[in-house]
Formats: sequence, C-alpha cells, structure tokens
Amino acid sequence: MAYRIIAAECVACDACVAVCPNGAISVKRGTYVIDPAKCTECRKRSDGPQCASVCPTDCCQPA
Amino acid sequence: MGNVIALDGILGLGELKAPAEIPAAASGCSSSACGSSDGPGDMPPEVWEKVKNHPCYSEEAHHYFARMHVAVAPACNIQCNYCNRKYDCSNESRPGVVSEKLTPEQAVKKVLAVAQEIPQLSVIGIAGPGDSLAAAGKNTFATFEGLQKLAPDLKLCLSTNGLALPDHVNRIKDYNIDHVTITINMVDPEVGQHIYPWIFHKHKRWTGLDAAKILHERQMEGLEMLTSAGILVKINSVMIPGINDEHLLEVNKAVKARGAFLHNIMPLISDPAHGTHFGLTGQRGPTAQELKVVQDQCEGGAKLMRHCRQCRADAVGLLGEDRGDEFTTDRIEAMEISTDDTVRRQYREHIESERAGRHAAKEAAKAEVAETVPSDVAPILIAVATKGGERINEHFGHAKEFQIYEVGLQGAKFVGHRRVDTYCEGGSGDEDALGTVLAAIADCTAVFVAKIGGCPSTSLKEAGIEPVDRFAFEYIEESALTYFKDYAERLRQGAVTDRKGHDAVLRPAEALRA
Repeated sequence: MAYRIIAAECVACDACVAVCPNGAISVKRGTYVIDPAKCTECRKRSDGPQCASVCPTDCCQPA
Repeated sequence: MGNVIALDGILGLGELKAPAEIPAAASGCSSSACGSSDGPGDMPPEVWEKVKNHPCYSEEAHHYFARMHVAVAPACNIQCNYCNRKYDCSNESRPGVVSEKLTPEQAVKKVLAVAQEIPQLSVIGIAGPGDSLAAAGKNTFATFEGLQKLAPDLKLCLSTNGLALPDHVNRIKDYNIDHVTITINMVDPEVGQHIYPWIFHKHKRWTGLDAAKILHERQMEGLEMLTSAGILVKINSVMIPGINDEHLLEVNKAVKARGAFLHNIMPLISDPAHGTHFGLTGQRGPTAQELKVVQDQCEGGAKLMRHCRQCRADAVGLLGEDRGDEFTTDRIEAMEISTDDTVRRQYREHIESERAGRHAAKEAAKAEVAETVPSDVAPILIAVATKGGERINEHFGHAKEFQIYEVGLQGAKFVGHRRVDTYCEGGSGDEDALGTVLAAIADCTAVFVAKIGGCPSTSLKEAGIEPVDRFAFEYIEESALTYFKDYAERLRQGAVTDRKGHDAVLRPAEALRA
C-alpha cells in the first residue's frame, strides 16, 4: 500500500517533499510523484501520513 | 514603460526649492498622526538607519526605493481562509500568488539582474508564495546566503505566519536579517478558529481552537524573541469585517507590548473567482472608510503602516508597480550579470543628500498652514497620481493607483492608496475605467494630476471631486498644504462644501465586476 498524488489537484508547493520521512516523494518533469516502493503510509507513526497532513489541496490520497 | 521613474528623471529634478524659514517649533513631528511617515527625529538613529531606505518600513522610502520578492518558498504550514494556493493569474496581484517559483540559485541571479537595471532596488524579501520558514526554511536561507556573498549592500527581509518562527530566530540573526514581518490576525484563539482551518505543527495537522491556540502562542514567542534580539518586526493583519475588525485593536496593543515596530492593517482581498474560503462564502472585505477607522483607532499604539500594496510573492519594483514581467527566467539566463553596485550607491547617496532639504520644506509648509488656517477646518482627503519621487508626476488616465493624502492643520500625511487598474482577467473594460476611479476616490475633495483630459475632468467635477493640475511635477505634501490653505479660504467664502459622509471602494475593479 502507498499514497499517491493526484496531479490535477497538486500545486507543486513542495510541502510534502520536505515532510516525507521516507524520501519517497520526488519531482519528475514538473509532476510530483510518490514512489510506492518507499512509501510506508507512515504506518509506524502515531501522527498519520505526513504528506496528506501538510498538503494544502488534499491531493495526497491512499492509492 | 510609463510607470517607472527613470533615474535621470530624479537626478535631473534634484534641485530643491530653497526651504523657507524653518520655524523652531517645526522640528520633528509632534503628533502620533505621523504613523510610518516618521522621519529621523521620531526614532532612535540606529532604527532610522535600518528603515530609511526600506520601502515597506518607511513611508518616505516607498516613494524612492524599490523592493523585490523572490518566490523561493512555495511550501506552507498553515491554511488561511483568505488564501487559495491553486489560483495563479498573471494579472493577479495579491500575496500567495506567483507565476513561477525559483530555486535559490535562480533567485540570486534574478536579484543581480534586477539590481543592475533598477538602481532604486534596496530590499530583497522572501514572502512565499507559501511560508518562508516552512519546510525548515531551506530555500529561504540558501537564497540569503548567496545574496550576502554577491550583493551585500541589499537589505534582506522575510515574511512569515510565525508558526515555525521560534525555531529559526538564531539563523535569522546569523544572516543579518534585520526586518521580519509576521502576519498576526488575532490574539484570541476564539477569533483565530474562524480564520485558520488548520495548521501543520510537530508532524501533525491541528484544527479548530487547538490550531489557533498553538499558532497564537508560537507567534507571540517568535515576536518576543525577535524584538529582544534587536530585529525590527512589522506585523501584518488582514482586516476581515465581522471576524477580526474590532479585535485588531487588541492585536495592536498586544504586538506593541511585545516590541513590534510597525503594524500594517490590510484589507481582506475577497472574490469568489479566487476560490478562497472567504471568497466562496461571500465574506466581504472592508470599505475604504471602515479600514481607515480601524487604522485611525490604532494610531498611538504600535506605529501604523498605510502604504502596503499587498504585493505578490514575486513582485519587482517600486511599491505600486510590478516590473516582474521584464525579468523572465529566459531573459535572465541570457543576460550578462555583474555584481557592480556603483549606480545603486550613487542613487542612494543622491537621495540621502536630498533628504534634509525635503524634511525642512515639508515642515515649513506645515507651519504656514497651522498659522493661517482657522482651527475649525476639518481635514480633507486628496487623491494623487504619482509614479514616485514624492511628486505629482502621473497623467490621470495612466494612473494605476492613486495615493491618498489626508491634509489638515496637523499637516499632510499619506493614509493609503487606491488601486484603479483592472487586475485580473480583463476586469472592467475601458468604458468602466472612469467609473472605477470615481468609486475609488469618492471620499476625496480633489485629485492631483500632472495632466488630465477634458472629459474625465468634467465627470470628476460633476461627482464633486476637483481635478487639480496646477501642481504638476511639484512635491505632493507641499502642494497638498498649499491647496488646503486655499480650500479653507474658499470654504469660508462658501464657494465649496466639505465631503463628509462619502465613502470609497477598495479594489473597485473587483467590486464593479462582481
């Protein structure tokens, strides 16, 4: 399981990249993507998926 | 470019009228009404040194110096009901909006490119488009590091919502950033919960009262840390009628008590087309008089700033103009960039040499009004078409904004500006342009212009606003005082009536389109 970024909603603000504890988010040709191999959905954290918590447009969603 | 002061223009016009006798009583400014237009006599010398060339901190400086925002900080850590990060229109001018974000390297290059073409440039700010200290402030500090090396004469400043501020005060000190702006819209979480739906703090999204309480505590802590470190802090507050309008007096007191240097109360910008929560729910912004009433009530507390243009996070140029379009990434890539600062230095030296004479001339004109005008004449508002340099030097039809001066027995002071350009998606067409201006300056007795055509002149007179071109290219404040003296005499003879009760529309293009 992993999160994914809904590109149409993304404003490319970079906030998710800075908070991802797994370094799973990168920019590919202007589009932000989550590497499903690295995303853990922050399951070991008590405070929830970091990207979804910081995203201003709620575009980080469970895949 | 019609809206740009050429350096030659200013240097050529440098001859000052010999100041008349300067009355002893006129030294310094005696009333709290000066607001941010305070001169060197009104603050400690070390503070004056810091603000005198900063267009956002000194009303005087904003006529002469340019600022530039570099959009290196897209990430944000809070959500505000007046902000929508999805919206970006190239004609749109408001905070939180940019056309392209820059890497720190691109930003440094852009600053050097602008600095060699706009010698008025004195300040580089980072104001988002998100929060400059979100995402650990990485891009913000990387940009400042580059600028410190390559353009050490430029002042650095940043703007933040304050949430992450306490974590970064030491780095702010390290980079010699002596101006920080914090946006504080409330000092009571009960009020705050209606402005901030959520914040991201300590790896968690907080909502409602909890969010507002944390934000408030972090803002106050950051403010205290900055002021005790000797850093000048400006507080921006967005005035939201029915939510925090009356509360802003409390905010003013609280930030003053914690050492804020300046308080800038700005009108909410709200339009359904922006897609913000407030825009979509029909929350309106204040009218010109509502804003002025709150600003006036706060006079005497923390010093007030009234010349804010609520710039985009990538604005370039003098306040009130934006030359960002001239400096596209492609063009900068192709430019030969130099770090030579000779022209900027010469410009600053010239302004410095003019300053003393300017202060004296204003005081002399003020003293003359105080002597000759009866004490029962109420102050009036005058709209001025200017492209900078404290002069009436813009054609009525070319003005993108009018500066508003209140002139009375206490002198002439800048109290605000009214935008009249069509700011987004065409806005209102030409046929509405005059109506836009009339709505924007409806509370003014006169409008000072360098030149005006016959038709608009007639319409203004019909609306009870006197078009005045006899002070073309003269200094604004002295002209306003001369006009006021004459106006008081005409009032006595019954030739004119005052305009009490008229209100005006802020951002009228928006109102007309709605």
